Parts: sequence; structure tokens; C-alpha cells
Amino acid sequence: MNFVLSLVFSSLAVLVVVLIPWIGVGALNLKILFGVVIPYAALATFIVGIIVRVLDWGRSPVPYRIPTTAGQMWSFPWIKSNPIDNPKGTGGVVVRMLFEVLTFRSLFRNTRLEYSKVDGVPRINYEWEKWLWLAALLFHYSFLVIFLRHFRFFMEPVPGFVTLLESLDGFLQMGAAPFNGFGLPGVYLTDMLLMAAVTWLLLRRILYSQIRYLSLPADYFPLLLILSLGTTGILMRYLLRVDITKVKELVIGIFKFSPVVPDGIGVIFYIHLFILCVLITYFPFSKLMHFAGIFLSPTRNLSNNNRFVRHVNPWNYPVKFHTYEEYEDEFRDAMIEVGLPVDKGAKTAEEGEKE
Amino acid sequence: MYDGGKIIVGLIIGIGLFLSPFIYNAGTAAKPPDPQLTKKAKEAKVCVAPKAYMRESHFKMLDEWRHTVVRDGERYYKAADGKIYYKSLQVTCLDCHSDKTKFCDQCHNYLSVNPYCWDCHIAPEEKK
Ligand code: HEC
Ligand code: HEC
Ligand code: HEC
Repeated sequence: MNFVLSLVFSSLAVLVVVLIPWIGVGALNLKILFGVVIPYAALATFIVGIIVRVLDWGRSPVPYRIPTTAGQMWSFPWIKSNPIDNPKGTGGVVVRMLFEVLTFRSLFRNTRLEYSKVDGVPRINYEWEKWLWLAALLFHYSFLVIFLRHFRFFMEPVPGFVTLLESLDGFLQMGAAPFNGFGLPGVYLTDMLLMAAVTWLLLRRILYSQIRYLSLPADYFPLLLILSLGTTGILMRYLLRVDITKVKELVIGIFKFSPVVPDGIGVIFYIHLFILCVLITYFPFSKLMHFAGIFLSPTRNLSNNNRFVRHVNPWNYPVKFHTYEEYEDEFRDAMIEVGLPVDKGAKTAEEGEKE
Repeated sequence: MYDGGKIIVGLIIGIGLFLSPFIYNAGTAAKPPDPQLTKKAKEAKVCVAPKAYMRESHFKMLDEWRHTVVRDGERYYKAADGKIYYKSLQVTCLDCHSDKTKFCDQCHNYLSVNPYCWDCHIAPEEKK
């Protein structure tokens, strides 16, 4: 799909996602549907979908180790090897996976092709591109912190780590905007970092010609969805307040399997919730599954032991052999007739001719 | 399954984390907060602003009050019903809602809100 069309298509899709609960709750008052039924359905899809996909991946054979490594493999004691980038055992793999999952190490090595002209001569440069890594890291950690902070709605009594995260995240004790009435509640750093990072992740798909060429609605849609999820959340916290005491009653009701739908929660909450439901329903069917997939990346989670451990291809079937000897037995007479050399029984044949 | 044991253990841990609120809340009472009004508040019958607004945005009002008092020196607030209030956290809010632990803290503990106001402002003493 062409890039403008992809963008328009995914923006329209997100617009529809916002409008459905707006009309559904704002005009038709379908609070039970949007507050209870859809969240349960979305959560079930999310959990079952993840299990099905991961089990499906688990059934796919991994015939041998794929050493796309950035280091020297272990060979002789006097050749220096890189035990983390090219691990020969489990220990190195664990360290490599930790680096990958916690610091996005392979993204850190990201390069970008650039054309330039030096003294009128065109040149190709491979630029070390750190912005993707930086934005991705900020985005994922902000998302994690925001998700964990939401546990103040999910758990009663609120566990200590949530309070700790809140005080660290809000340590600026500063308002969201320098206007009267915006000084409370205090701003959370991760709210702002998340929005900035997602915006960059979206912009790079529009600004860089190569990435624009690669981008599809499946790339824009989740980004726009997360952008609108963040926007509604920020609006709800700093501008269009809803009664979050009642919101927690609703959420706890869902988790205790005794749903209640209190009156007087603003529509913006249902919009926020519905966007989240769409996001987690879409999750198992989309590239967002890299959340589980990163743990199953064969180039990261397998040690490079191809040269000293035999890996038998798991889809090998028992091959029917027809050896040369059997072949000769079958065609010996014909071969001798046209004068082809044969291994066995040739003498007897020649002797027979002489006689 | 290839490496099935490891994959299933990982899957159980991951899904378990997502479903942890179900397990955590299963045993608890998880009662919604029930802010108690004092005698004085009951006599007054109404708050500074309508109840819905107070529940959603009382801290926005407090922020406005503190800005206008500290920066502009405007110490009086005219409510929608024409009543005049002295803009003060300690002297006004906590005069009517003097049982802070049974009122403000009820909601705040429920949602893990820890206003830093009490670093400087003083909450009224409560009789137990
Ligand atoms: C109906 C429940 C409820 C009652 C009663 C209540 N609050 Fe709150 N209050 C809240 C909620 C919910 C928040 C947090 C909003 C957020 O974090 O988004 C809050 C936040 C605040 C904040 C801002 C804290 C911050 O750091 O963001 C202040 C200040 C505050 N309340 C003061 C009071 C005072 C003073 C009282 C008693 C007179 C009181 N509240 C009574 C529910 C309540
Ligand atoms: C004149 C006494 C009075 C003053 C002053 C006052 N309140 Fe109230 N407040 C009340 C009453 C009465 C109610 C119950 C209103 C109702 O039920 O409609 C109430 C309700 C509330 C609620 C909602 C509680 C609930 O049960 O949902 C909050 C929050 C609140 N007040 C905060 C404040 C804050 C913050 C201030 C200072 C800006 C303040 N009040 C000042 C009398 C007062
Ligand atoms: C660093 C100490 C400090 C902190 C923290 C603080 N205040 Fe104040 N506050 C003051 C001082 C000093 C005044 C000025 C008192 C005056 O002039 O009457 C004031 C005045 C106010 C006033 C108006 C006058 C009055 O008597 O109440 C309000 C309302 C107020 N603060 C609300 C808050 C709220 C809400 C918080 C928490 C979010 C807060 N303050 C946190 C020091 C503080």
C-alpha cells in the first residue's frame, strides 16, 4: 500500500476505535458492554492468543544454530573468543539474552544508509543510527512504568512497589503545565517521555524515505493506537478528570469476577479502556507479539556450538537408499552389453565371452 | 515441542504476571472507600463545589486557591451558589472535613495518593 494511503487508512481505523465507545457510552449508555463485557473478551483473546502463538512457535523445528554473531567464536585457547556475543554455552546465552531484552542491544547496532556528496562525488555512508534505539528504549521502559503504575487500580491494597514508582516518577513535584489549576496532580516523567518517544517512532516512518517505503498499515496502526491511548490517559489525568475512585471500583470488580458499573464515570474513561481493549485484542495477531517473540529469537537464544555438537535436522525422514551395488545388480547385463565397466561379476562375464 | 519445558515455564511466568491482579485480589475484601462527613459538614450540607466536581477535581481547586492566594493575594472564593469561602486548605477544607483520616485519607489510601501538602501544612488533631 502506498504510504499516504496507509497512514490515512490506519488513522481512520483509530478514529473509528475512538468513536465507537464515544457513541456507545456517550449516546447509547452501553456501560456494561464497554465497561465489563468487552474488557473480559479482550483479556481472554489476549491470553489465549498469546498461548496459541507461543506454542505454535515452540512446535517449529530449529534445525541448527544460526550464528549471526558479532564476535569471534570459541575455537582454540590461544585465540581470543567473545563469550557473550558468540557464546558456546548456556551462561553466555543467558547474558546475551539479558542484554537483548533489557537494553535492546541489537537495535543499538542499527545503521542507516545515507547518500552524500564529497567534492561532487556521490558517496554511500552507513550512519550509526542511535535515535531508534534511544526512542525504543525510552518508549518500552516508560510503557512498563506506566503499566506498573496502573496497578494502583488493579490491586487493593495498593502494593508498595507502586507507591515507590509513583514517587520516583513524580519526583519533580511539578504541575503538567504552568497554568493556574494545572499544578496538581503532579506530572509524571514517563507520561511525557512515552508521548515523545512514540511520536518519534511514528515520525521516523514518515521522514526517512527508506523506512517510509517499508511501512505498512500494520506499522502505523499500533503506533497510532498507542498514541491515542497515551493522549486519552494524559487528558484524563491532567485535564478532563473522571472520578477515579469509581474507576477503581469498576476495575477491582472485574478482577474479583463480581463486576459493578458505578455511575458517573466520564466517557473519556470508556474511550481509554476501549482503545486498550482493541490494543490487547489486536496484540496476538500482530507484530506486537515481539513481546514474547524476543525470548524465542533463534539468533539470540541459542549457543553457537555447530562445530562441536551434531544437530540432526528434526524433519529428516528415513530415506530409501538404492546403493550402487544394488543398481549394478539390477542392470549388470545391460551394462555389460553396451560395454560399461562394472565392479562385480565383470570377470565372469568377460571369461564367458572368451570361451 | 522443541525446548518445550523452557517455553512452557516462560509462558506460565509471563501469563501469570498478567493475571496476577486476579490472584492478588481474590482473598482481599477490597472495599471501596467510604469518606465520613463530620457534624459540621453535615450541617453545611454542601461542599464548596458540587459533589461530582469535588470528587473528580478537588485538587485542581486547591491548586487554584494556592496560586491565587500566594501569588495574587486573593483570599476569598465566591462559590457558584454565591457563598464566600476563605481560600485555605487548613482553615476551610479541614474545618469542615476535620477528620482527615476518615475522610481525605480514605480515598487517598485506596488510590495510593500521597499529597506532599502535609510536609508544611498541618492537619487538625483528631480525637480518637
Ligand atoms: C472521593 C475521594 C477523595 C476524597 C474524599 C479526597 N480526595 Fe483528594 N484525591 C482523590 C483522588 C482520587 C486523587 C488523585 C488524583 C490522581 O492521582 O489522579 C486526589 C488527589 C488529591 C491531591 C493531589 C495530590 C497529588 O499529589 O496529586 C490533594 C492535594 C488532595 N487530594 C487533597 C485532598 C484533601 C485535603 C482532602 C480532604 C479534605 C481530599 N483530598 C479528599 C480522592 C479524594
Ligand atoms: C462548609 C463545609 C465544607 C467545606 C468548607 C468543604 N467541604 Fe467538602 N464537603 C462538604 C460536604 C457537606 C460534602 C458532602 C456533599 C454531598 O454529599 O453532596 C463534601 C464533600 C466533599 C468531597 C466528596 C466526598 C465524597 O463523599 O465523595 C470532597 C472530595 C471534598 N468535600 C473535599 C473538600 C475540599 C478539598 C475542600 C476545600 C477546598 C472542602 N471539601 C471544603 C462540606 C465542606
Ligand atoms: C513548602 C511548604 C508547602 C507545601 C509543600 C505546600 N504548601 Fe501550601 N502554603 C505554604 C505557605 C508558606 C503558604 C502561605 C500561607 C499564607 O500566606 O497564608 C501556603 C498557602 C497555601 C494555600 C492558601 C492559604 C491557606 O491558608 O491554605 C493553599 C490553598 C495551599 N497552600 C495549598 C497547598 C496544597 C494543596 C499543597 C499540596 C499539594 C500545598 N499547599 C503544599 C507552604 C506549603
